[in-house]
Amino acid sequence: MLSAQNLHLTFNPGTPIETRALRGMSLDIPTGQFVTVIGSNGAGKSTFLNAISGEQAIDSGRILIDGEDVTGLAVWDRAHKVARVFQDPMAGTCENLSIEENMSLALGRGQFRSLRRAVRDDMRVLFRERLAMLGLGLENRLTDRIGLLSGGQRQAVSLLMAALRPSRILLLDEHTAALDPRTARFVLELTSRIVAEHGLTTMMVTHSMRQALDVGERTVMLHHGKVVLDVSGDARTGLDVPDLLEMFEQVRGEILADDSLLLG
Amino acid sequence: MSVYSMWGALEIGLIFSLVALGVLISFRILNFPDLTVDGSFPLGGATAAILIHHGSDPFLATGAAVFAAACAGMVTGWLNVSLKIMDLLASILVMIALYSINLRVMDAPNIPLIMEPTVFTMLQPASLEDYVARPLILLLIVLVAKWLLDWFFATQIGLAMRSTGSNPRMARAQGIHTGRMVLLGMALSNALCGLAGALFAQSQGGADISMGIGTIVIGLAAVIIGESILPSRRLVIITLAVVLGAVLYRFFVALALNADFIGLKAQDLNLITAVLVTVALVIPLIKQRLQKKRA
Repeated sequence: MLSAQNLHLTFNPGTPIETRALRGMSLDIPTGQFVTVIGSNGAGKSTFLNAISGEQAIDSGRILIDGEDVTGLAVWDRAHKVARVFQDPMAGTCENLSIEENMSLALGRGQFRSLRRAVRDDMRVLFRERLAMLGLGLENRLTDRIGLLSGGQRQAVSLLMAALRPSRILLLDEHTAALDPRTARFVLELTSRIVAEHGLTTMMVTHSMRQALDVGERTVMLHHGKVVLDVSGDARTGLDVPDLLEMFEQVRGEILADDSLLLG
Repeated sequence: MSVYSMWGALEIGLIFSLVALGVLISFRILNFPDLTVDGSFPLGGATAAILIHHGSDPFLATGAAVFAAACAGMVTGWLNVSLKIMDLLASILVMIALYSINLRVMDAPNIPLIMEPTVFTMLQPASLEDYVARPLILLLIVLVAKWLLDWFFATQIGLAMRSTGSNPRMARAQGIHTGRMVLLGMALSNALCGLAGALFAQSQGGADISMGIGTIVIGLAAVIIGESILPSRRLVIITLAVVLGAVLYRFFVALALNADFIGLKAQDLNLITAVLVTVALVIPLIKQRLQKKRA
């Protein structure tokens, strides 16, 4: 499970471009839950994700994964607990390495790396089996450079790579945003399938409210670096995009009112 | 071009193919533009020469040279990784520092090795002339180095190093300590250059403080020539191409210097190299522009 407690982060403090990215962000995700995260630009979605993965150090607050405090750990030191798929299909793979080399890197995520051969025949069997479930014919292209693949294919492989080794939390950072609608749908279906199959604790950031409601079992909305809306279960089942928008407007109105009170 | 100068070109070409393999690691695999080479090559030469001069075993002396150069590479890596100094600048700082260090190591601007034993005199079979034996011994060393590199980059650590150069963000997300990989790669790269320097001093009759000038450019020239004559994505082929590139480069130079009608002299070597590398770097750009015009 993941527990983020009262995270605060300010970029460029004390300067005219000061940005308070996280303002007391708190979120608990129990083991096996699939949470979707939405919010407008600058709401703190990506910063929050980067804080959990360790790419972004935070000013204050605590991050616990499975009860272990990982707040001060570097990205590579928490990689055995955190799997991640990036928004940019180019970011999640090494383009001048082959498909099997990329998958071997992912299979070794957070593991001790030695002078053993990186790609072995027993791994190839596993890679082929996993790639076959994509139905893209990639299982016959193990030694092809991954840079030869399309953005959608690379993103699909990135997803497989994230699930090669067990993780405590899977972070998906708008991972369908850079894809055309058809490919995005394919990757999203694949996401649901993989998450269900492995029972992964998942946090998916998305820009699409539709997507946020269609997949997963809980939806969280961020605004001004905080969680402002948290719906799950029956309350979420009947929800549609306009409802969500309305709730968002309402919440934002309250915050604005709060701000004006403060300013007044 | 005489047979003698052909063997000579092969000999120096093979020595510089070790530099080229080192440059391949820093520039291409780690994506770290490293000029330390200009200092670690003479550091290798100086270390080996002074130790042999004081009567130590040539193999031990060569080993010490490799170790010293590896440390120089680590310092560059450390400046970049831990002190956040820009890669190119970090390597220039170490290169300049090494100039003083090399003078200290040798305690003189040069150390001749004329009568002393070298790895070549010790390995040379009696039936071969020394100008033939040296290139053959070097060929063996280079092939072993190439084979070791090919093996290393197919291991888990080797793959981690390649991913560090190719996509550091992804590498970190896979739990790879990218800083450590940079240190290791820089040590490996400069160790090869130090080995080349040690062998150069032993084959050319001594170490000299100015022997390192332009090493990096020659190494780059070899890499670029190799990549253009044998373009490949497979590392086993790339390392072979780079070795061939270094040898070919020396042959070009020997040809140019031997063709009296061009009027080039030995002192023009660095100028020729710089022009050659510039041309090789610009060709892909020109190709691209031509293709765009056609499209």
